Amino acid sequence: MESVVEKWTTKVNTITLGATKQMGGTREKTVTVGGSSTLPYLNFEGAWPNPPAIAIEMWDREPDGWPEPLADAYADVWKDPAKWAKRAVEYGAEMLCVTLKGTHPDFGNRSPDEAAGVVKDVLKAVGVPLIIWGSGDFNKDNDVMPRVSEAAKGENCLLGTAVEKNYKTLTASCLADGHKIIGESPLDINIAKQVNILISEMGFKLEDIVIFPATGALGYGMEYSYSIMERGRTAGLSGDRMLAQPVICTVGQESWRVKEARGSEKDFPTWGDLKKRGPLWEATCAATLMQAGGEIVVMRHPDAVKSFKSLLREFTA
Amino acid sequence: MFVIGERLNGMFLDVRKGIQTKDKSIIHKVALDQVKAGANALDINVGPASDKPLETMVWLIETVQEVTNITLSIDTPKFDVMKAGLQACTKNPILMNSTKGEEAKLDKYMPLAKEYNASIIGLCINEKGIPKDVNSRVETAALIAAKAMEHGVEMDRVYIDPIVMPANVAQEQSKIVLESMSQFRLLSDPPPHIVVGLSNLGQGARERELLTRTWIVMGVFNGLDAAIMDAADKEMMDAFITAELLMSKAIYSDSYIKAYQASHNHVQ
Repeated sequence: MESVVEKWTTKVNTITLGATKQMGGTREKTVTVGGSSTLPYLNFEGAWPNPPAIAIEMWDREPDGWPEPLADAYADVWKDPAKWAKRAVEYGAEMLCVTLKGTHPDFGNRSPDEAAGVVKDVLKAVGVPLIIWGSGDFNKDNDVMPRVSEAAKGENCLLGTAVEKNYKTLTASCLADGHKIIGESPLDINIAKQVNILISEMGFKLEDIVIFPATGALGYGMEYSYSIMERGRTAGLSGDRMLAQPVICTVGQESWRVKEARGSEKDFPTWGDLKKRGPLWEATCAATLMQAGGEIVVMRHPDAVKSFKSLLREFTA
Repeated sequence: MFVIGERLNGMFLDVRKGIQTKDKSIIHKVALDQVKAGANALDINVGPASDKPLETMVWLIETVQEVTNITLSIDTPKFDVMKAGLQACTKNPILMNSTKGEEAKLDKYMPLAKEYNASIIGLCINEKGIPKDVNSRVETAALIAAKAMEHGVEMDRVYIDPIVMPANVAQEQSKIVLESMSQFRLLSDPPPHIVVGLSNLGQGARERELLTRTWIVMGVFNGLDAAIMDAADKEMMDAFITAELLMSKAIYSDSYIKAYQASHNHVQ
């Protein structure tokens, strides 16, 4: 029987994060994602050279409201970013996603210098490439991110996020300090494309952008992220250079917000053991979004990381 | 839209001068300007004035290949010039422009397309001339598609030109051509490409540019996916880019014109 093979015309961009000593940084290794010429794992159609990379999320401050399974994994280190970073690497993180939550005016309002200090501490503590994520407050991010970007100059980090209404400062910083950038859009393919055009108009290379289409967890909008990722990817493979970027998914953050992942056994006695249920929810979300074309998966729980990794091994074996 | 830049034609004064004085820099400039403006291919036509069409075609092809690697459309009605052009085009992908939709011609040209791995334009012109109604146009197109298959030329390499007529003297032909085009798409799966040269349409008409721009938009709706045109005609480019967007051939963004340009740029 003849198999029906889709003929794609272009490839997803390949992006390498982190810089070793030879490349002017201090990372022990780099991470490369993207480069596929077809949808995930359709090996009969094209190549899928780099499996998704797993980043573990950590904060610059102690989180509040993280459910028990996450507290079990991190509570003894989450007051100290350097220790948290080391723990995450022990859990199998190929990259770290340092979220500067503490700089947000409502969550500590830490100064740009404090944030830069955290990033330097993390860089010193571990050898994996960094993703550095602002607080989401436009004004504060525009103060904090240039300082942080400078502190990590030469390390070839991935900085985020640039959005349609606020992209110029971050783009300029990434250009100046040699970082890659995350372009964010609110589950909207048209805006995802527009953000990439805006960033590239500032002289930023399309090959240095990662798309963050916003992530929905299983049961809470996942079908939206899935179909938007898939639509963007098929356009990117069909010659649309504005959508040929690798995609990042904040799986941990979204999964642990939903009640199925965090609701206690006392409140939902029929749902089973929370310590298993939460990580399972997170791993399932990761596995699903990987099939939509997610290349960088930001996760939280070590058990979820472990089971997602073993799934990837099975897929690539 | 597969844009075939029409400017490398001896009919234009600068190109004619380049040919006459063997000045490569003139030819390079015209070629690169079209590429920069978004051409996906370059039509090469020695023009009516050339007394040595074969040598000129070879020289033009060799010259253009020095500065770009995009598809070259060898535009000649003469079989020996076509063959010489095919032999000279050693680097770039090739589009043969063109053969008529006559059985004897197709049996000569299709094997050549196969041999040189070239794409080919088949004109909707048969032994009796240009068909005047939808049925005979589709019949001619069907013969072109059938002959391509018979000689092993993939449908993805076949471009059918329905022949657009001047609006001021053959007004009713526009509608017939557009209707024929929508039927060309049913000839095979995948369907052949549809290409037009629009310079005919506005000939002698006062609103020449508006006529062609409007036609290309209507053409996109009826399956037009290639055009021989001046890639530097920005209004014409913007018109079909917008038409293709409204036909969902690209994903909308506020800067969709810029997005198209970035995705279809062949500047090396």
